[in-house]
Amino acid sequence: MTALLQVQDLVKTFGSGDAETRVLRGVHLAMQTGELAALLGPSGSGKSTLLTILGTLMHPTSGQHSMLGVDLTTASDRALTEFRNQHIGFVFQFHNLLPDFTALENVVFPTAVREGRETAAARTRGQELLVRMGLAERIHFPTANLSGGQKQRVAVARALMNRPELVLADEPTGNLDRASAAQVMDLIAEINRDEGTTFLISTHDEKIAALCQRQIVVGEGLVTG
Amino acid sequence: MLYAIKIATRYLTASKAQTALLVFGVAIGVFIFIFMSALIGGLAEFIMARTAGDMAHITIQAEAVDPALLSPADAHRVLLAQEPASQTAAILKDTAAFIPLIESLPGVIGTSPQINGSGFLTRGAQVTQVSINGLEPGKESVIANLAGYITQGTANLGAGGVLLGKTLTQDMNLRLGQTVRVQSSYGIEALLTITGIYEMGSGGPDRRQAYVSLATARTLFKMPQGVTRIEIKLADLYTADALAPRIKALTGLDAKSWTEQAAQLLEALQAQAQTGYILKAFALLTIIIGVASALLLSTYRRRPEIGIMRAMGAGRWFVMVVFVSQGALIGLMGGLFGAAAGYGVLLAFPGRDSFAPGQNGLPIDIAQGAYGLAIVLTTLGAIAASILPARAAARLDPVTAIGQ
Ligand SMILES: Nc1ncnc2c1ncn2[C@@H]1O[C@H](COP(=O)(O)OP(=O)(O)OP(=O)(O)O)[C@@H](O)[C@H]1O
Ligand SMILES: [Mg+2]
Repeated sequence: MTALLQVQDLVKTFGSGDAETRVLRGVHLAMQTGELAALLGPSGSGKSTLLTILGTLMHPTSGQHSMLGVDLTTASDRALTEFRNQHIGFVFQFHNLLPDFTALENVVFPTAVREGRETAAARTRGQELLVRMGLAERIHFPTANLSGGQKQRVAVARALMNRPELVLADEPTGNLDRASAAQVMDLIAEINRDEGTTFLISTHDEKIAALCQRQIVVGEGLVTG
Repeated sequence: MLYAIKIATRYLTASKAQTALLVFGVAIGVFIFIFMSALIGGLAEFIMARTAGDMAHITIQAEAVDPALLSPADAHRVLLAQEPASQTAAILKDTAAFIPLIESLPGVIGTSPQINGSGFLTRGAQVTQVSINGLEPGKESVIANLAGYITQGTANLGAGGVLLGKTLTQDMNLRLGQTVRVQSSYGIEALLTITGIYEMGSGGPDRRQAYVSLATARTLFKMPQGVTRIEIKLADLYTADALAPRIKALTGLDAKSWTEQAAQLLEALQAQAQTGYILKAFALLTIIIGVASALLLSTYRRRPEIGIMRAMGAGRWFVMVVFVSQGALIGLMGGLFGAAAGYGVLLAFPGRDSFAPGQNGLPIDIAQGAYGLAIVLTTLGAIAASILPARAAARLDPVTAIGQ
């Protein structure tokens, strides 16, 4: 396995003066291509903060962040947007999908936004992904009408659309019932096994963590594991 | 770009009622814009047609010669040489030479050489003061459309004929075909037959004007050659200010544009046009504020989605285009609907040409609705209105927008 991403001495503070909160106090973390890792830690420990920094949605206060050999600490907003589009997929807990669009339209978005239109090739891949997520019947469904579990599976499909090296999932099963959560996790594990996509999944669920090869724990502003 | 427009279209169709309301609001603004354009334009034309339409657009007037002072003025008395024959020296000679010159200028549609003066009209014991206009036969309708105003008889001026206004004939109990005695200020008399009675609809000419042939006027005013005035009609009366100096340069005569005499009329028309501009500007402003506030609300409501799009690799520019396109589409649709509604409503009005004074309604000119301008301005306005919300959307921090 080769190094996919690396962070060193990562510090993130919010606010300043008396209101200053040091959430991350010098995190060192490296991930290899093909890993399936769980991100654990108590509420408020900084899991989401770390994920958004790794996802280039937020700049760290200090420290180094690189992925695929690219230094992301100093990159411009435009370069980060492009990098994100090509190399990183996201699954969030809430507000994942564009409610006025169908499942397929949501899935092809990352490709369409890059190519400027929805190509036939993109649609074909989107359909394949939705079929793989067990949503063959829901391809042209408006996402507003999907169940919570179905929505998260559409979100996973969309995260995979541009064949990213890394998928960051912030409590993807956080508001799903056991059965739906297990279904989503099985699909993630399957993709990880078949395609070698690297996943980092934050969760409070020990069962989900147990499904991952690696457990990374955030605590006291530092990372272990 | 195309994809951003697709997203914009979906956003608009997703909240149909809101979009419909917004488009309706814009359409009302456009309707007001078009209605005002048609009304102000129609009014201006109506007023111009009523007043300036019968006016000469450029006038060349013979300079009046000051009567010669006969004896040194003392404190009590001034003696002037008021010899009629010498006044004819003030006439415009050589008309034959420069009239074809003037008529060959582009924009000139006709000239009317005239001999004007004053005199008295007598029938039995009745005497009325009139101003006498000597017109060249065949050019009676070049300036004021005399032929169009004739109610009895003909506008054609023959030797020994006179055209009188309807009010004058009523006041003096005159009928077509009767003979009247005309005495000029030179004391020369002529017996003339009423060959036509006209009604212009305005008091002055209908009561105080007598039209005779140029030949008759020559006799009456002892003017064997030349004329006292040349009136010029233009295809576009607004070119008068540019053409008058050219005529002056060409002929050396003092050609005056109608605007010099009709400054008040022009001012009134300008004030009216300005009122129209202000109303139209307010209509546009309303559109802009409406679109801006609606889109601002929309960007706020769609914050999480904007965050998602940004996380998925949509750039700031893309988000910007999504919201600006919404503004453009709203403006375009509102513009089209408003223009269509405006045209439809204006069709129901009688139209400027059939509008007569004293009639109910408005002298609306449907052709002056400025439909294209309204649509273009509205679309541009809506685009301008969307820039602020679009920028706010594009600058959203994706993390706070997603609000995880
Ligand atoms: N924008 C912000 N401004 C100020 N403080 C913030 C901000 N974002 C996060 N924090 C703080 O940083 C800390 C870490 O937050 P974070 O969301 O990363 O925790 P988490 O581990 O994801 O928690 P949870 O398990 O509840 O999701 C919290 O104390 C939070 O209040
Ligand atoms: Mg969190």
